[in-house]
Amino acid sequence: MISFLIRRLLYSIPVALLVIIVCFLLVRLAPGSPFSSERALDPATQQMLESKYGLSGSLPQQCARYIGSVVRGDLGDSLKFRGRTVLEIISQSLPRSLLLGSIAFLIAIGLGVPLGSWAAARNGKTEDRWLNGFALLTLSIPTFVLAPVAVLSLSFAIPIFPPAGWGTPIQLVLPSICLALPFVGVCARLTRSGLLETIGADFIRTGRAKGVSEKTLILLHALRPAVLPLVAYAGPLAASILTGSLVIEEVFAIPGIGQFFVSGVMNRDVFLVSGVVLIYCILLLFFNLIADWLTAILDPRIRLQS
Amino acid sequence: MTICRGIPGLTGLLLATSLLTSCQPRPRADLVICNGAEPQTLDPALVSGQLEGRICSALYEGLTRRDSRGKSVPAAAEKWEISPDGKIYTFHLRPDLRWSNGEPVTSQDYRYSWLRALQPKTASPYAEILFGIHNAEAFHQGKQPADSVGLETPDNQTLRVRLNHPLPYFPSLTSFTTYLPVHQTTVERYGDRWTQPNSWVGNGPYRLLDWKINDRVSLEKNPRYHSPERAQLHRIDALAVTRASTAFNLYSTGQADLLLDKGLVPSLMLPQLRGRPDFHPGPLLATYFYRFNVTRPPFQDVRVRRAFALAIDKESIVDKITRGNEPIAQALTPRGIADYNPPEGLPSDPATAQGLLKLAGFPEGKGFPRISLLYNKSELNEQIAVEIQAQWKQVLGVEVELRNQEWATYLRSLDELDFDIARSSWVGDYDDPNTFLDCFVTGRGNNRTGWSDATYDSLLERALAEPNAARRLKLLAEAETILVTQAFPIIPLYHFVGCLMFDPKKWNGLYPNLLDEHPFSEIGRVKK
Amino acid sequence: MKIRFILITLALIVLASVLGPWVSPYSLSEVSSARLLPPSQSHWLGTDLHGRDLLTRLLYGGRISLLVGLVGATVSLLVGVTYGLVSGYLGGRTDNAMMRFVDVLYALPRIILVIVLITLFDLKLKQLLDGTFFSSLASHARLLLLFVGLGLVEWLTLARIVRAQVLSIKERPFVMSARLIGQTTPTILFRQILPQVLPIVLTYLTLSLPAVILEESFLSFLGLGVQAPLASWGTLLADGAALLNPIQSPWWCVLFPALLLALTLLILNFLGDQLRQPQK
Repeated sequence: MISFLIRRLLYSIPVALLVIIVCFLLVRLAPGSPFSSERALDPATQQMLESKYGLSGSLPQQCARYIGSVVRGDLGDSLKFRGRTVLEIISQSLPRSLLLGSIAFLIAIGLGVPLGSWAAARNGKTEDRWLNGFALLTLSIPTFVLAPVAVLSLSFAIPIFPPAGWGTPIQLVLPSICLALPFVGVCARLTRSGLLETIGADFIRTGRAKGVSEKTLILLHALRPAVLPLVAYAGPLAASILTGSLVIEEVFAIPGIGQFFVSGVMNRDVFLVSGVVLIYCILLLFFNLIADWLTAILDPRIRLQS
Repeated sequence: MTICRGIPGLTGLLLATSLLTSCQPRPRADLVICNGAEPQTLDPALVSGQLEGRICSALYEGLTRRDSRGKSVPAAAEKWEISPDGKIYTFHLRPDLRWSNGEPVTSQDYRYSWLRALQPKTASPYAEILFGIHNAEAFHQGKQPADSVGLETPDNQTLRVRLNHPLPYFPSLTSFTTYLPVHQTTVERYGDRWTQPNSWVGNGPYRLLDWKINDRVSLEKNPRYHSPERAQLHRIDALAVTRASTAFNLYSTGQADLLLDKGLVPSLMLPQLRGRPDFHPGPLLATYFYRFNVTRPPFQDVRVRRAFALAIDKESIVDKITRGNEPIAQALTPRGIADYNPPEGLPSDPATAQGLLKLAGFPEGKGFPRISLLYNKSELNEQIAVEIQAQWKQVLGVEVELRNQEWATYLRSLDELDFDIARSSWVGDYDDPNTFLDCFVTGRGNNRTGWSDATYDSLLERALAEPNAARRLKLLAEAETILVTQAFPIIPLYHFVGCLMFDPKKWNGLYPNLLDEHPFSEIGRVKK
Repeated sequence: MKIRFILITLALIVLASVLGPWVSPYSLSEVSSARLLPPSQSHWLGTDLHGRDLLTRLLYGGRISLLVGLVGATVSLLVGVTYGLVSGYLGGRTDNAMMRFVDVLYALPRIILVIVLITLFDLKLKQLLDGTFFSSLASHARLLLLFVGLGLVEWLTLARIVRAQVLSIKERPFVMSARLIGQTTPTILFRQILPQVLPIVLTYLTLSLPAVILEESFLSFLGLGVQAPLASWGTLLADGAALLNPIQSPWWCVLFPALLLALTLLILNFLGDQLRQPQK
């Protein structure tokens, strides 16, 4: 167990470093400067700013400089939000995204698994088909349509929720639902197909022959291996839900971290982008680890790979 | 199985902690404003945007300030004298000026702050607004030492400024954000991070209480301000909102009291909003225009430029797309600047346009090279571009490709003159036509068209040195006439109209004005 | 849902998108004064902000969206399958390194890759195409980039799946015997192994098509999608969503593109489901 963890850690560190190197290079290669504005900046000032932030010299030099500071724990300063360090921005924005994302994750799993199980139990019947359709529908509507429509219907047409803002629990409801909805469908489908596969398996038939009740069979015995595909999916899902979404944050005015993935690239704010990508990478590696560990627990046939 | 039981518990703990750390415990501020996007900085030397400027006018006080109607009034300086040649200003500061930490504000603070904005190391985007001061430009370029700059502080309450030319609008210029003072010790001790709430020091009617990124800037009345009774509201929150629809939603549901930025009202709704009592439109000192790249064909030919300019029906843009009753722009400078009459410009004239294009060698658009219209992606820019593209096709028979780029790439294309026609806008920094016309002097960074005209340049230079106000404005008008009726390096389309949204039964002290100045210290509640 | 029904609906949508614009009396890009009209007899689905007929634009948009989806998915197929084949077959250290590379790209948010790709190559591609035979395509440089860019972010999953399959297939007797009789590696890869992985590849193709179309719509929302006046379902949706407000929303500008997009994606996902069933 410990050796597994250590091996994973040793593997994760170079991957994380590589990811931010690639990220850094990509953003620096894109045309445009982080310091430009509608008002022209004279070249001397531009050069001054570049050397101040360690962005002068050749690209490999800049990259090496950046990685050197990251390794020492310094994630750099934001180029767009002057006077703020990347670490500060992340430490302010990440908890909010984590909160919203956790709620959305719980909704996705909490609604997806029961719905999927229910559909599996009613396999082939109309309810199953409707659920499948609904699941695919939630996958087919882009968030930038879903969110404004949700606001118009549940904040204005039927004024239940506030349309935007951050600070009170009720302001969390609409954004977390919009964030979770596309994934409810996927979770439901994965649970359903996993259950259907498992229900046909030998050990279930044996259990049925032995006289174990259907309910016990499904909940206690079938569900565990059945959720394996869901668990595998939940790793990356957690990472991306917890880092939020640009659309949700813009529509609901949520000060989260998701918008920086896009706005950071648009502003060529290379340290900020690399910083948030690093966070995403860490979350991804962490949740993949948890998912692999859960997989090993849930299915004794799979041993933690060496 | 213990893990399964442990997980809900752990999740609960995680959620509870997140909830506690991220939700706002503070009660609602007296006034909640949708100010626009997240401020990039609150250091006045580094500010280049209006939304940051608004907050800075509350946090710091310059020698002069703008009142709620955009008029320049004395602020930190209670009076000043001008030398007979108009080049030396002697400002006398109020004796009761204090920083928010209790220390007195002196003229050395202003000198330090202005020099800091000029210092190459600071990399201020607006350093050039100080170039009217003697040797300021040379100091900024590193050619002269700081002591040579025309700023003297004979005593703690006096600041003597020597200018290169007589600038009649100089006192009002000192209200501009770049001229605002900063606290030297704080800046030197904390470096870039001095604007963070726990280290911030300022001398304005409000102080910085809290500043959470992408959330809000919280301001609180500054008890050490020399006239604390002026700031009527105790706490003001400026929200960071990027989308117009989100801002409007916040306002409609009462979560925000005031929409300040013109970009925060969706243009589609403007016709319906017009009659409402909480809708307050007003013209702005800003113009939306298209630039030509005159360094390469086909727009090297002035006839082609003129043809394209005359072929546009600006009325339909303003009627159907922007819908804000914007005045169409025949000149670059909006009307309303005191004593200045912008030239008439040329009205839309499809027949002449077609004739000109024929003369240039492209009858009915045949043989016209492939050109593109560059704009940065935004709903409005695209909508306008689509309209004009259709107009050019219809009137001139020319197919213009639309080319949208995201912001950083678009700016680079502008700088490198990598476009044929590009969308642009310009907001005036002070109420004088020079703020618009200066852009198009040969070689200016903001020119971005490659256009150069010796007569235009010399007119502007003469205007700079002209002490008589009326003659000066006449010279500027002559220059602008060249710009918009002869040379056409640009096509002005319309002048922006700002709109404030607030309930006049609840709030006063807010008036639409040309400079879009709405000092927070002048906003107050209507007494019942 | 029966496969026949699915295929017929899909065929109808494709047919409508390809032929419809020719039949329609309205143009894609001509602006008119009939702005923001709700559905009526002359404009079955209403008009947009510039007075353009929505139905016509939807059909034109179908062409672009379906094309982007198809080409993007194909690009992902070509790259992903080849990569997976090579990596799985070579095994050992090379396979390890290749999969680590995939892991690194996986951890990078796709949007960054696409944004940088588009901004980096948009102009260069245009300039490249300008002088050559394909100069007429130069104005569609953005579209071409979208094909490639979207395909390049989708290939990762496919590469992983193919590699996993190849790992088990390459130990099978028929591959061993092919090696023994001296067939070259490329021949083995493409003649022996590829046919075995094709079924699963096709399944994921039908599932990645909707993903690509959806991704394109998000890019259009960000302003990096198809250039005006071309339309895709994504740009139509984005334009429509921008018009929503609590006072008076032109609902038809959002509803119809959303319905059409959802229907097509639904169909494609169902198709993918059906193709996957036989494996049980």
